[in-house]
Amino acid sequence: MSTLIFRTVAPFLTALMLLFSVFVLLRGHNEPGGGFIGGLIAVSALAIYGIAFGVAAMRRAIVLHPLTIAGIGLVASTLAGLVSLAAGVPFMTGLWIEPSFAGVTVPLSTVTLFDIGVYLVVIGGIGSIAMTLEEEGDL
Amino acid sequence: MTLLPLAAAPAGVDLAAAYRMAAPGLAEWLTILPVAWCLLAGAVLTAMRGATRLHPGLTVAALAVLVVMDAALLVHVATHGPVTMMMGRWLPPFGIAFTVDMLGALFALTAAVVALLVSIQALGEVDDGRRRYGFYPFLLLLMAGVSGAFLTGDLFNLYVWFEVLLIASFGLLVLGSEKTQIDGTVKYGFLNLVATTLFLIGVGLTYGALGTLNMADIAAKLAAEPLGVPAVTLAGLFLFAFAMKAAAFPVNFWLPAAYHTPNVAVSALFAGLLTKVGIYALIRVCVMLMPAATGELSLPLGLVALATMLVGSFGALAQDNLRRLFGYLVVAGIGAILAGVAIGGATGLAGAIVYAVHSMVVMAALYGVAALALAVAGSERLTTLAGLWTARPVLAALSLMLFLSAAGLPPFSGLWPKVMLIRAALEGGWWWLAAGLILMGLLTTLALGRVFLLAFWRPVADGAVAGGSATSVTPGRAVPLSLGVLGLMSALTLGFGLYPEPLIAAANEAAAGLLDPTAYRQSVFPPAMNGEGTP
Repeated sequence: MSTLIFRTVAPFLTALMLLFSVFVLLRGHNEPGGGFIGGLIAVSALAIYGIAFGVAAMRRAIVLHPLTIAGIGLVASTLAGLVSLAAGVPFMTGLWIEPSFAGVTVPLSTVTLFDIGVYLVVIGGIGSIAMTLEEEGDL
Repeated sequence: MTLLPLAAAPAGVDLAAAYRMAAPGLAEWLTILPVAWCLLAGAVLTAMRGATRLHPGLTVAALAVLVVMDAALLVHVATHGPVTMMMGRWLPPFGIAFTVDMLGALFALTAAVVALLVSIQALGEVDDGRRRYGFYPFLLLLMAGVSGAFLTGDLFNLYVWFEVLLIASFGLLVLGSEKTQIDGTVKYGFLNLVATTLFLIGVGLTYGALGTLNMADIAAKLAAEPLGVPAVTLAGLFLFAFAMKAAAFPVNFWLPAAYHTPNVAVSALFAGLLTKVGIYALIRVCVMLMPAATGELSLPLGLVALATMLVGSFGALAQDNLRRLFGYLVVAGIGAILAGVAIGGATGLAGAIVYAVHSMVVMAALYGVAALALAVAGSERLTTLAGLWTARPVLAALSLMLFLSAAGLPPFSGLWPKVMLIRAALEGGWWWLAAGLILMGLLTTLALGRVFLLAFWRPVADGAVAGGSATSVTPGRAVPLSLGVLGLMSALTLGFGLYPEPLIAAANEAAAGLLDPTAYRQSVFPPAMNGEGTP
């Protein structure tokens, strides 16, 4: 798939889709969306990049090994549940802090942290599968 | 800036209508911590791909912590009765409950101890390649699934933990990617997926019929109208699904076909734990939740138990490969446990529970014997193994102890559950199950006697030299370590053979809790439900 048109468009498309995946992730708290679907969109973006420039370029682009990303995501999700231990409420209870930055209140919650964990697990897990399949195809 | 438990709690809203308001104590946290801990440790190891050298040490440490947690949980449950934590503090039956009673705590602790011992045994055996492909993260995630299955109080959540442990076990089975492994994994995977699907269908039907998935709630609703809903159909579905996972006849063939293919430490872990999770789920769901319907099915269950015992012990007699042979012994043990479930009553259930605990330790240990035979003599076939008695006297002595224990002979832990089961069978008029149990004991003794005769006592013939073909393992470090672990397991079985009272008392309490789940229910639905928050 190394046509000139595709290789020219791929980076822009990847950037746009990654941005959109973060939007879907954050939107998912109260509306359709969330970590899983956001992660899938992000992996699709990476896959486009990988198809255009090869798996080696894709691996360089995400810096960490995909399974490391998945591990970090799982740690984040588990920790999101364990925050409750400090707050004296049962495991996985949604907890919120609402700090204000320059007058704007930003509600942050353990629910969002959990979803970010899911997002990373999906990127890592599905990304790892996608890379392996793509590498097999190169042989 | 404080942690607000709620995003926006408008004034005047009664939160107690949706939330359990009391702050959870440490004991309640103990119900979920074993699972969260294993998940966390598994995730950290997954992320540490660059430092697989640290994996073994960290895994052993994490599992040691798990043992401490489960032991604390067992002590708490033994002294204070069942304990519940509602996830996200939503009230039951809508929130997911983690409810631990004697049965769950006992199985969770035994599983953790076996996993710890097996992980120590694996230290010398898991090579660098397997470490890189994630042996240790898989092991910890498997334990997360196993612990979750033992500790949860929600039927659908039980399904989820089954999936977690299945996926981790697929990973462990194919690690190494040899042809036989993939063959074994396909059989294992297919059968388990079918069983899981049936389980899920059963869960759906239960929800449709009763409108709840909380175990305490299901038990209460079914007790109110034992056969008003298609309870026998449900019990039949669950029985079949869990019997499949436990490798009962006629769906037992996947176990001997799969368990001898992977790395020996993996076999040991699977033989010890996985079938027992199926047994646990069967006891929990069929016996505690739908006792009346399961009672209707006790005759077919008894026949299945008898057939499983006989298929397992005859199969063991016919095998040449050590691990396939032990696989059939696992199946025979499942038959004995199912016999206890079919007989029912306090004695039968207690016998089944003691047998399950005994079997977790001893079956894992038997695979340890196979691992050592492979490491020392380079073979696990009875036709080529010989002369281990003179070459490795300590191994031979430990093996003899474990063989006697597995066969159910005194003074080891295998004796007591068999005595309890046979007594329960005779008291309940199940004379043919009692005969089956005795016959199974005889056949198991013969099968293991054959192993001892051929592999240990037979003098080394020309050509069949002990230590002939070098394996990829590093015997220098692996053998003393494995012998030490095997010694610990033998000590456990000898200890519980000589002093079985605590285990039998715990099993009796667990059985009583299953037959009369009032305490379990009260832990989920405290009697003073409206007065939440007041002691």
